[in-house]
Amino acid sequence: MNRPRAAFFSFGSCEGCQLQVLSVEDTLLELLAAVEVVNFREAMDDRRDDYEIAFVEGSVIRPDDVAEIRQIRQRARILVALGACACLGGVNAIRNRRTPQDLAGEVYGGRQDGVFEALSASPISSVVQVDYEIRGCPIDRAEFLDAVRSLLAGTVPYTPPYAVCVQCTLRGTPCILERGLPCLGAIARAGCEAICPAYGAPCEACRGFHDAPNFEALGEAFARHGMARQMAAEKLQLFNDYREVRAAWERALPSPSDT
Amino acid sequence: MGASAAVAVRHLTRVEGHGNIVVDVQDGVITRCDLEIVEAPRFFEVLLKDRPADEAARIACRICGICSVGHATAAVHAVEAALGITPGPKLRLLRRLNMAGEWLQSHVLHLGFLVAPDAFSEGSVLPLAASHPDLVKGALRLKRLANDICSTVSGRHVMPISYHPGWMGYWPEPAELEALRGRLAEAAADLDALVEGFAQIQWPALARSAEHVAALEPGGVYPMMGGPLHSTAGRVTPPAAYAAVLQEFVVDHSAAKHVRGPGGDGSREGGGTIRVGALARISLAYDRLHPRASAALERLKLAPDSANPFDNVPAQVVEAVQAHAEAAAAVEALLADPASEGPAAPTRPGGEGIGIVEVPRGTLVHHYDIGANGRIVRANCLIPTAQNLASIEADMRVFVPALLDRPKDAITHALEMLVRAYDPCISCAVH
Repeated sequence: MNRPRAAFFSFGSCEGCQLQVLSVEDTLLELLAAVEVVNFREAMDDRRDDYEIAFVEGSVIRPDDVAEIRQIRQRARILVALGACACLGGVNAIRNRRTPQDLAGEVYGGRQDGVFEALSASPISSVVQVDYEIRGCPIDRAEFLDAVRSLLAGTVPYTPPYAVCVQCTLRGTPCILERGLPCLGAIARAGCEAICPAYGAPCEACRGFHDAPNFEALGEAFARHGMARQMAAEKLQLFNDYREVRAAWERALPSPSDT
Repeated sequence: MGASAAVAVRHLTRVEGHGNIVVDVQDGVITRCDLEIVEAPRFFEVLLKDRPADEAARIACRICGICSVGHATAAVHAVEAALGITPGPKLRLLRRLNMAGEWLQSHVLHLGFLVAPDAFSEGSVLPLAASHPDLVKGALRLKRLANDICSTVSGRHVMPISYHPGWMGYWPEPAELEALRGRLAEAAADLDALVEGFAQIQWPALARSAEHVAALEPGGVYPMMGGPLHSTAGRVTPPAAYAAVLQEFVVDHSAAKHVRGPGGDGSREGGGTIRVGALARISLAYDRLHPRASAALERLKLAPDSANPFDNVPAQVVEAVQAHAEAAAAVEALLADPASEGPAAPTRPGGEGIGIVEVPRGTLVHHYDIGANGRIVRANCLIPTAQNLASIEADMRVFVPALLDRPKDAITHALEMLVRAYDPCISCAVH
């Protein structure tokens, strides 16, 4: 049987999603028997361009990235975006509230040439068509493997359409919003098994929104538990501040700097 | 007329992030000898600004997937220092367990997946899985264990969840710790095999002195959770004065700032270059190693005062054994007294705080100013790989003349191996 050829690429990111791929230890050798990896800079010397499936991590954050992602799109039959930076802009998009000049001034004494060149940050889908998204910061290992199995079977990888609150309830975690932690579970897309509340941190919606988020109700829930409505907006800025993602929530929840 | 050579490696493989090696030798004279850091900056110091201090660990850990526990730890240390929070001994122990997990994960990833292919002349771990299945399977088991240590403490290794200033959002159940105890005991054989495997490997001879730096903890324990900066030049510097020992400066060919020590200008000719990481820690704290790690040091014939950067690889093997011993000791201590420890409270609303930890690649510093409203006003992050960049280039300058009689491919490969020996983490270095 011909194994499909896959390649991994990273743009502006921490490469943590690729590390999650390398961390499927129990299944790594099995995975490699099903897929031929022809390009994975973090792990191997070979670099071939005859891939069918491209897994892409990270945001587009400088001019060269645009040409490179276009070339990958041209070569790949299927392009899969991995993780919050690639799917949503993620934490990278926080910088878009500042100008590139401002960023460079603060960190590099104003240098913006050569290696210091920087754009505002965008998700992959802002430049090329993305066929599938595997969400999360970082991606979940089991979900990645499920997605690969789906792609090999020619079916569409599944992503839950409902809220993190559903998985939190199923898991039996006491509600942390009721404890006064600024949790976004009510509007956030599930698939993570609600791991953050289970380990004592609020959901920060790193997987984006579920199919019917109600941001007004989120703001009211924050207010009911003694937190400012603006805090909901501030939490949404962490992973969902790229302008087209923000459009979903900013009318319902004006952020502090907009008011 | 001397020899001429040109090496240009775009996007060096089997390292974290994007770096290029560019070397030009004309008639025996080195005209270029750079490790270009072309990773795009993400401006994390700016991303942290104006965010509530409780978020610092969860934002900072996104600097790097491989080093995310280290960043989370440095971030909570910095916030705790700023707000006058004194974490209790059990909380510190729990965090130490997680750091040991990350050390084991990171060192085994580097040794088994990124470096071992060089040692056995392969291009990746894939052919190694066929030619040396025991080595690869043992490394995979150790990596799995390391991941599971971190999952037990903080939900997952990449982007740990439970870190807050003064408290941890999750406390492992005794049954979870007991499961780790059993797994740690079983893993001893895989570590022995790792030591034996790497004891067979002969690394290139290269000697260049640099000042080795590590943050040594009080109490004679192996350096991991931070303390004053010690150096092989005999300097001892309190954390508050870190910027005098680790001086950042911008160079044209690297999006990561370079760092020089106080002993010179940090130029590529070698003055004032420093090294941090496994070899530097062993230089400064070999007498603090666990007996099993000391035995590994002997077996690997690693000289603690080595000036050969390739010795960072066997030093990581020694530290993998050390991390395993640390994790086992922490699990025992937590099992002896498994009740969770209550939160430690802030004693002031804001202030300035410095958090230092020894992460797998060396000394990591996070330095924050926190305003009276509990938000981060200013952040500075000093990354181990950035501290090593000037040393890597100075080593290349020493190494290149000895390679000139070889074919171009061999020169290229030798330089790639040198860079990999430092286990650079380029996403971190640029952040």
